[in-house]
Amino acid sequence: MIRRILLSAAFTLASLVFAPLAHALDPAVVARLTSGESDDQVAAVAALVASGEDRAIVLLRALSEGEVQVAGKQVLIVKGEAAVDAVTGAGVSPLPAGLEDVGVNNRLRRELESGIAALQLISPDRATRLAAIKELGANANDAMLPLVNKALAKETDPDIRAQLEMIAAAMELKGGTKESRIAALKKLAASNNPNTKPLLLGVLEKGAEADEDVRRQAETSLRSVEGRLAWAGRAGLLFSGISLGSILLLAALGLAITYGLMGVINMAHGELIMIGAYTTYVVQNLFRAYAPGAFDWYLALAVPASFAVAAAVGMALERSVIRWLYGRPLETLLATWGISLMLIQGVRTIFGAQNVQVENPAFMSGGVEIFTGVVFPYSRIVIIAFAATVLVCMAVLLNRTRLGLFVRAVTQNRKMAACVGVRTARVDTWAFGLGSGLAGLAGCALSQIGNVGPDLGQSYIVDSFLVVVFGGVGQLVGTVYAALGLGLANKLLESWAGAVLAKIAVLVFIIIFIQKKPSGLFALKGRAVES
Amino acid sequence: MKRRSFFKALALSTALAAAGFGSIDAVAQAKVVKVGVLHSLSGTMAISETVLKDVALMTFDEINAKGGVMGYKIEATVVDPASNWPLFAEKARGLITQDKVAVVFGCWTSVSRKSVLPVFEELNGLLFYPVQYEGEELSKNVFYTGAAPNQQAIPAVEYLMSKEGGGAKRWVLLGTDYVYPRTTNKILRAFLKSKGVADKDIDEKYTPFGHSDYQTIVADIKKFAAGGKTAVVSTINGDSNVPFYKELGNQGLKATDVPVVAFSVGEEELRGVDTKPLVGHLAAWNYFMSLKNPVNDAWKKQWAAYAKAKKLPGADKPLTNDPMEATYIGIHMWKQAVEKAKSFDTDKVIAAMAGQSFAAPDGFTIKMDEKNHHLHKPVFIGEVKADGQFNVVWKTKGPVRAQPWSQYIAGNDKKKDEPEVAAPAAAAPKK
Repeated sequence: MIRRILLSAAFTLASLVFAPLAHALDPAVVARLTSGESDDQVAAVAALVASGEDRAIVLLRALSEGEVQVAGKQVLIVKGEAAVDAVTGAGVSPLPAGLEDVGVNNRLRRELESGIAALQLISPDRATRLAAIKELGANANDAMLPLVNKALAKETDPDIRAQLEMIAAAMELKGGTKESRIAALKKLAASNNPNTKPLLLGVLEKGAEADEDVRRQAETSLRSVEGRLAWAGRAGLLFSGISLGSILLLAALGLAITYGLMGVINMAHGELIMIGAYTTYVVQNLFRAYAPGAFDWYLALAVPASFAVAAAVGMALERSVIRWLYGRPLETLLATWGISLMLIQGVRTIFGAQNVQVENPAFMSGGVEIFTGVVFPYSRIVIIAFAATVLVCMAVLLNRTRLGLFVRAVTQNRKMAACVGVRTARVDTWAFGLGSGLAGLAGCALSQIGNVGPDLGQSYIVDSFLVVVFGGVGQLVGTVYAALGLGLANKLLESWAGAVLAKIAVLVFIIIFIQKKPSGLFALKGRAVES
Repeated sequence: MKRRSFFKALALSTALAAAGFGSIDAVAQAKVVKVGVLHSLSGTMAISETVLKDVALMTFDEINAKGGVMGYKIEATVVDPASNWPLFAEKARGLITQDKVAVVFGCWTSVSRKSVLPVFEELNGLLFYPVQYEGEELSKNVFYTGAAPNQQAIPAVEYLMSKEGGGAKRWVLLGTDYVYPRTTNKILRAFLKSKGVADKDIDEKYTPFGHSDYQTIVADIKKFAAGGKTAVVSTINGDSNVPFYKELGNQGLKATDVPVVAFSVGEEELRGVDTKPLVGHLAAWNYFMSLKNPVNDAWKKQWAAYAKAKKLPGADKPLTNDPMEATYIGIHMWKQAVEKAKSFDTDKVIAAMAGQSFAAPDGFTIKMDEKNHHLHKPVFIGEVKADGQFNVVWKTKGPVRAQPWSQYIAGNDKKKDEPEVAAPAAAAPKK
């Protein structure tokens, strides 16, 4: 309670005496901020916000970023080797000995963030104001009402005004007349901030609100907010389903060629994915060692490299082992399984048994907020786009190029293709290389979201076969539908029954499905079936 | 046939002698004691367990350099159970019966410990288990140098409930699907209920080992958090933590809104995760690398030098963590107990372990309980910093005694706080 009064007093003060002149900060307050108990620290933040000094914002921000250090009684803002005295703003050099970090816990960090945001509500920069509003929206603190009202009075941008009004409405819920509360509730009905829901629930709690009309309005607003949140939730679910589907698609596309078109049961497919991921890791290390400035662009080289390496390994496999085993599925299965074990062990010997770290380029961390509270991570957006691109390229390659024509011809009728002069053995090698290269691309993509270790392929081989079999062997379009279908089904079930049950349910479903329809979603029709 | 059994007898007697059953003079020339290291060096748990193997080897080197245990040089047998639980039991049996090790340091997951437990009890072996766990177990053949729930889980949840920790009202209990998270969450649920938290405010979720797609889980946490101040208690184990924390960061779930406290995530697991978006998320342990005290400083230096000399992966950024510390303490206490018992005999060493104390890197001289095979340990709660280290925001005044039988599980009040003294059969000489 005392803290609230203190804070509100502080913020009123801040709005009244917003002195642009830079003075030295009050050393006593700074000392409390850096060495007191956390109640003291919170009060000191309020006092600093009240002072309205530019240097106060600098200090608060430095504290929230962990750049404030103490040596004895001296409080410094340390950035790398340079240090500034937090009280006077004078440069300090060299750094005094025995510097100690000032710890910030979540409670203080919350106060710091909303304090900084409150001070930034009247910043001249529109983007800063928007960011400040977003921050305040997440941690609405009713002591800040005067500051929000003050900002409202000055604000001319209609977009920002609307959001500020929303924040003000949230703060007015607890006090004011019946009419003002109902008006506030009406405004909140249009909010799509997830934090509005607990606020409205709070109004509806027993004993919180006596007036029937207000309660009724709160219920209406809650319904409308919940409806919107549900839509946002569904959009998020759809996105994660598509994202998982795109990963399954990438993993299965290569198999759709080697198993689907060529009929080779390639148990080493997962290891080709793993090789793609390790190639990405190697390229990343090369960039780090030789071109650290261009590190963010290592994927541009990693994508073709992982395709090339996996394709080369695949072609070598085909030439050396698999081509002797065409038409003998059981032997192929055993041989490729043995190869997969050798590849795993080989990687373990070269890179070690532990997972290796593949770092995302900077542009792939973070995400874009579609609705408040629903974030689509960039890494996943990139992978969905990548999967779509790969799919299109492959469709073009198979349907529009000479190699594609040969591959289709050999798949449909090997003998006839040979009769008209297609060198079927060579086509086989190229097709297998293509399938393996696609697996390498999948590995490159997977390295961006998952762990890269020698066992990486093991966790995807089963899924890949599921997708190909479910979609219908020999059918690329089936693979696409199956991957997206399984991805969405998995995510829907997961949100409903949990990750463990979802996995089991999907497997059971596929077993039943294959019993009923052994040739998959899209069965081949016509003469091709016989082969 | 005859010759074979003769060799067998010879081998057995030598081994017995080496293990301390025979007279010491008889093997004066072969002053070597064999010990086993049983940690996953591949598979999903390798991310956590590999360093425990390394720190154990470092500690053996340290002891050997100072003259060994009672003058015996430690010779380590390292095996890799590959995150495969039945394989743990098989390897443990091999260590005890074929390699004839005097003691085994190993295991991380509770499911692996449960898997080897019958082996150690049957063969009267000795296991030092260095990881925090769910309690509900007390074996005569095991010393638990990690935390029991009252030394980690309960204080962490209490902290999050406090004003300082954010005053959480709703709880997501998220874990990997096996015995440790399930039991811990059972205890936590009972504890939360005793504090007046309703069932609708607790959401329990599990994912399989090696799970890597946390999109829905994080979205669900957000949705759940819309119903009131929420905290997440994570008992996710192994390399799943990397995608989980990446997803948290990418989806912008900040610690100031929904703090996540983890019980199996330390400095080592966060290596290679971009920790900037994770600042403020918490972990509860009995040791952090960032603790400032002379013992820790020296220990960190020793580890850094060892990692560099052995060219361990990650030696450019040497990290220490809680289970490494627990491994280190365990090995030293075993040495002290052997020297007190003047024997490598399992039963004599077990008796001598009671009340052993050691100046640990956590800054305290900690003690092995006289009865319950657990250490008295201090509890620290740390927040993740931008550099992947932890900033201690709460700690106990001193070491806390372990309660392996949590008071929040019905029927535990009747259980004895020491291993059941087994029937005389266990004391009978080994075959």
